[in-house]
Amino acid sequence: MLRAMTLCLGFLALLAGPTSGQAQQTIKIGVILPFSGQFADTGVQLDDGIKLYMQQHGDMVAGKKIEVIRKDVGGIAPEVAKRLAQELVVRDNVDILAGFALTPNALAAAEVSAQAKKFMVVMNAATSIITTKSPYLARTSVTVPQIDEAFGNWVAKSGVKTVYTLVSDYGPGLDAEASFQRAFEAAGGKVVGSVRVPVANPDFSAFVQRAKDANPEGIFIFVPGGTQPAAIGKALASRGITPKDTKIFGQGEITSEDALKSMGDDAVGIVTAFHYDYNHNSPMNREFVAAYNKAFGRNPDIYSIGGYDGMRLIYAALEKTGGKADGQDLIDAAKGMTWESPRGPMSIDPETRDVVQTVYIRRAEKVGEHVANVEFDKVENVKDPVKSRMPK
Amino acid sequence: MAGVADPHQYLAAKQRWAPIEVAFWLAMLLPFVLVPTYLPLASQIAITAIFAVSLDLILGYAGLVSLGHAAYFGLGAYTAGLIAKAGWGEPFSGLLIGGAAAGLFGHLTGYIVVRVRHLALIMITLGIGLLLYEVANRASWLTGGNDGLQGVAMWPLFGSFDFDLYGYTAYAYSLAVLFAVVLAARRLVHSPFGLSLRAIRENERRMPAIGAPSRARLRTIYTIAATIAGIGGALLAQTTQFVSLGALSFERSAELIVILVIGGTGRLYGGVVGAIVYMVARDRLSGMNPQYWYFWIGLMLIGVVLFLPNGILGGLATLLPRRSRAS
Repeated sequence: MLRAMTLCLGFLALLAGPTSGQAQQTIKIGVILPFSGQFADTGVQLDDGIKLYMQQHGDMVAGKKIEVIRKDVGGIAPEVAKRLAQELVVRDNVDILAGFALTPNALAAAEVSAQAKKFMVVMNAATSIITTKSPYLARTSVTVPQIDEAFGNWVAKSGVKTVYTLVSDYGPGLDAEASFQRAFEAAGGKVVGSVRVPVANPDFSAFVQRAKDANPEGIFIFVPGGTQPAAIGKALASRGITPKDTKIFGQGEITSEDALKSMGDDAVGIVTAFHYDYNHNSPMNREFVAAYNKAFGRNPDIYSIGGYDGMRLIYAALEKTGGKADGQDLIDAAKGMTWESPRGPMSIDPETRDVVQTVYIRRAEKVGEHVANVEFDKVENVKDPVKSRMPK
Repeated sequence: MAGVADPHQYLAAKQRWAPIEVAFWLAMLLPFVLVPTYLPLASQIAITAIFAVSLDLILGYAGLVSLGHAAYFGLGAYTAGLIAKAGWGEPFSGLLIGGAAAGLFGHLTGYIVVRVRHLALIMITLGIGLLLYEVANRASWLTGGNDGLQGVAMWPLFGSFDFDLYGYTAYAYSLAVLFAVVLAARRLVHSPFGLSLRAIRENERRMPAIGAPSRARLRTIYTIAATIAGIGGALLAQTTQFVSLGALSFERSAELIVILVIGGTGRLYGGVVGAIVYMVARDRLSGMNPQYWYFWIGLMLIGVVLFLPNGILGGLATLLPRRSRAS
């Protein structure tokens, strides 16, 4: 037994072996993402965005070599995210924390960023409050209220008087519901009813029927990406709600590339708001999509663009500090930074450190063989409205 | 067991500390000097070990399979987190209150749990776990729902040790609690009460016939296990200063069974060894290959179950016959 235990301990010591010291000319970026579990695809797409940026721009910035250390958080696991962030800081001596697909994980890691004074770039997680949790944190993705308040306002201005909202019953869904309703009513519209659908394995037909009974001019829908957009598309079609007689609105997830593929022609006419789609028509985006396809064999999505622009921000901030990786220097450099992204013009709000960008209004239309999101209107320079309302 | 005539003598012999146990606990102090940058991981291993020991008490000793043990873990975590959020950040009392809340819930649910066996038992414990998860999800005004519980601020431990970035305080605290829990569990399983649990596991009908009320004893151990799970949860909430729905999730219950199976059920230290092996392996494998590391975990699980049916400790005991007779 004693020998066996010694063996065990030896095994542990071997596993926990020391990590060798690195040259000082290296800037280390610790990337925390879900690479396994149900959010793995999000993690991979985001990471591919990071990889593409580094392929295109090399791994040297301001005379320093960039090294990325990737960690799998495995899903919604804030305690793991926090531990990984702690370990990256104290053991791997990373200078920058990045990634973060999911809100709870980003919130937990933000505490480490605040405590250790490390620059942190949130490349996806979309809850408004995240940026308030560390003064060294910036975001390059999107916030849910940013999209949906802009959208609610736009829908009211477009002449729609009454809507019914149907959202998934979890954090982002509730945020979407609140933001859309708030802006829609502020702009003179009327919400005639709302319903929350369980987030796991919902059967939409009863909920869709309720929406139909309320007889609104339009329905606003928020469901998480994946299999649900297609399911709700089918439910709408089977209850006779088509974009022809009832306007269907939603946040961009419901017409993501995969969702459109499975909905087919049922999707034509759905109007959505989002900050990025691979069909966005600009020379820069066409180039980005081609390069992404060449490297990874698929189209980029909002996660890819979050990772790509996140790296853009890190590189640019490092250029500006001349390679100094101090948290305060980097966040000061990032504040107010403006650039042209494949998604269009964007910047980092100098006050809130959150992303400022264009929200595109798109309609699903038949383009050749497939249905795709076609942008037909936009709201420029949208800030996160929740933080604008917060007392300073 | 053969050859020992007097049960008191037998139990007394079991109570004595083996040198290997002393060596084991001394080895648990090694991370402070050998791998000081791994202390956050070490403290989460200690917490998982506490949780595993609590499951072992009902699964390994009393034979109650539970797929919803995370309910008590999560309840302890949320209780401790909410107390700290409400302004009482003293860690030690928060720990006890977290444990007590989980224990109370364990006692109440125990009345249902001990009535059923086999498949029904799995379903009921699974149901309790899912129920509590959904309650916490719905009560987002209280728990923060999907975003997790924000603003858990802990006071320094004993008024002087802050929870630092390197995790010194967190590991020392978790290790001390783990030691106390194992000490208590050790006394428990080597008492006449613990012996009667094993007898109930082997033949539940016979025990009442010889004067030991099966259900009452099962309820007692279920309450104790729930309390310990709650203490583990409270510890996680305090050391990470964050609670999420993950603390209550089915995945956490299922992972715990994997840990216990790897370590060895019904052997006090099985949960501790399982937690160490599983979490260190997970950390190493996911570091090497962030995308496909579950493959290796699966391989390890199959390997353990095929070749070491009683877990790592069971396998070691077979390799060392002297020890196997003793345990």
